[in-house]
Amino acid sequence: MTSGTLQLTGVTKSYGTRRVLDDITFSVAAGHLTGFVGGNGAGKTTTMRIVLGLLASDGGSVTLGGAPLTADARRQFGYMPEERGLYPKMKVLEQVVYFARLHGFSKSDAMTRATALLEELGLGERLNDNIEALSLGNQQRAQIAASLVHDPEVLILDEPFSGLDPLAVDTVAGVLQERAARGVSVLFSSHQLDVVERLCDDLVIIAGGTIRAAGPRDQLREQHSAPRWELESSGDVGWLRDEQGVSVVDFEGGSAVFDADDPATAQRVLRRALEDGDISRFGPQHPTLAQIFKEVIQ
Amino acid sequence: MNASSTKAVSTGQGVWLVAERELSTRLRSKAYLISTGILLLIALAGVIWAGFSSSNSTATPIAATSATASALSEVDGYDVTEVADRDEATALVESGEVDAAVIDDASSATGLVIIADQEAPQSLLMALSATPEVELLNPDAASGPLRYLLGIGFGLVFMMSAMMFGMPVASSVVEEKQTRVVEILLSSIPARVLLAGKVVGNTILAISQIVLLAAVGSIGLIVTGQTGLLAGLGGPVIWFAVFFLFGFILLAAMFAAAGSMVSRQEDAGTTLTPVMYLTMIPYFLVIFFGDNPVVMTVLSYVPFSAPVGMPIRLFFNEAEWWEPLASLAIMLVACVLVILIGAKIYENSLLKMGARVKFREALRG
Repeated sequence: MTSGTLQLTGVTKSYGTRRVLDDITFSVAAGHLTGFVGGNGAGKTTTMRIVLGLLASDGGSVTLGGAPLTADARRQFGYMPEERGLYPKMKVLEQVVYFARLHGFSKSDAMTRATALLEELGLGERLNDNIEALSLGNQQRAQIAASLVHDPEVLILDEPFSGLDPLAVDTVAGVLQERAARGVSVLFSSHQLDVVERLCDDLVIIAGGTIRAAGPRDQLREQHSAPRWELESSGDVGWLRDEQGVSVVDFEGGSAVFDADDPATAQRVLRRALEDGDISRFGPQHPTLAQIFKEVIQ
Repeated sequence: MNASSTKAVSTGQGVWLVAERELSTRLRSKAYLISTGILLLIALAGVIWAGFSSSNSTATPIAATSATASALSEVDGYDVTEVADRDEATALVESGEVDAAVIDDASSATGLVIIADQEAPQSLLMALSATPEVELLNPDAASGPLRYLLGIGFGLVFMMSAMMFGMPVASSVVEEKQTRVVEILLSSIPARVLLAGKVVGNTILAISQIVLLAAVGSIGLIVTGQTGLLAGLGGPVIWFAVFFLFGFILLAAMFAAAGSMVSRQEDAGTTLTPVMYLTMIPYFLVIFFGDNPVVMTVLSYVPFSAPVGMPIRLFFNEAEWWEPLASLAIMLVACVLVILIGAKIYENSLLKMGARVKFREALRG
């Protein structure tokens, strides 16, 4: 069973006269990993806190599966705050069990779930260590366990990957993907655009308190890819400059990046290039998330 | 996914879970266990010492001639050695065998002379001097040292327990804020449940310590045979415990609210100071104005000092039977008001990080 789509519509928030969120509208589909990307102070954490009901919005609505969110429904969300912390002097397992019990699990259920989850996250050996004795990366895993232990249908994670080494990133990413595959709606923010790009089904880009782009990752990529091509040849490609319908973006010896007015022009360029030498690379260039990000936040 | 497997905890369950965590964290702290042990030892030692010093004060050895010995036999507390004359008495005093000698001497105005090494025992002088009869018109009002001691006793227990269990309420609130655990907690339970759990947990600890102290004290009094004092103290101690219960809830809510207004332990001092004064003032007022009936009556009705003021008045039979009940009623009303205000400050301040939250801001939200 899935909870349905989490939908934000026209959410606004001001602190005094400063408007920090303006008409925030986007959705997080069940079973999807949605990446929430934006610079520092763009409004990510504020948006997440409003979704969780930790902050009241000034206007707009947040619905789940079409119904307005109640306080009880929100309390079943999983949440990982941006600035991390658990009780430093509490044991890892005890702590995760405590959070599970606060979500209504019996002591024995909480214990079973917490143990299984911590083992899945690679903390099986550290169950009885105090949090303060763990490395930052391991503290982070414990934190993720705390947000997942009650099997939430909606998961809100603020920067879950910051401070993790590449192996830990893979472990955590695996856990999140597995949850999404079971129908959980996952919204997470990150500065690591390469991780977001690799993991996410959907993207939401926020800047200055407004949503600049939102939608499926591949669709965003297409929308923002200029008809740009790259070519790498053993011969000199200086002739490209005089080619009809082509404008060269970047050029160096045998390799060039160029915009073509239509795909046929690009194919004509390829045939011409083959006459001069061997082609080691030719194809349309996809913008990276970093490029799209820079483009839309301007 | 199975929605029915997760349902929100009820308010009661939530409060108890939070209280349970507070309890287990405290009971596992070595500092807490050691300080409790020391406190109990001090109480026990005090009771036993008081018992010994009152029951067997050793008799003072003195020498006396046959003529003076009969006069001294009427006075308790002296171990009299009879001597023949002045020379023998002087020799005994010089050798240190007796503290003083009392001999008859016709040349002295009283007919007696006391021979001592450097200083004559005061009690001996008092015993042998003629004191006019004293008639007190108002014997109950000035019960001197006992009233003073009782004031210190109740005042100290109240102040120490309030600090010992109130400060941890504040510091655990600050800890949760500083480590941001509070954000996770608030995403699972309402702020009021969290506050209630903290107050309940620490109140249980504080009350059990008071009960433990009372038990150790009573056992000590029984063992040392001071049952008379115990019978007189029983009622006031029970009233003290009842007043302490509500007084502590009041203070705990204030400690929690004060703690929630700062984001770091280092800043806690600024908002905690006023609350600390509230726990110390009753102690000092009761000690300084213990013999002033007007001040004591007022103190026994003010919620913060009632736990100390009322039991003392009860011990000396100065309060009517309905007075502790009236004072308790005032206390309950104050309790409800402070908890409501405290909860509001707590809810409004918990997620405000950084600089100290201003009082007015915390109230308004």
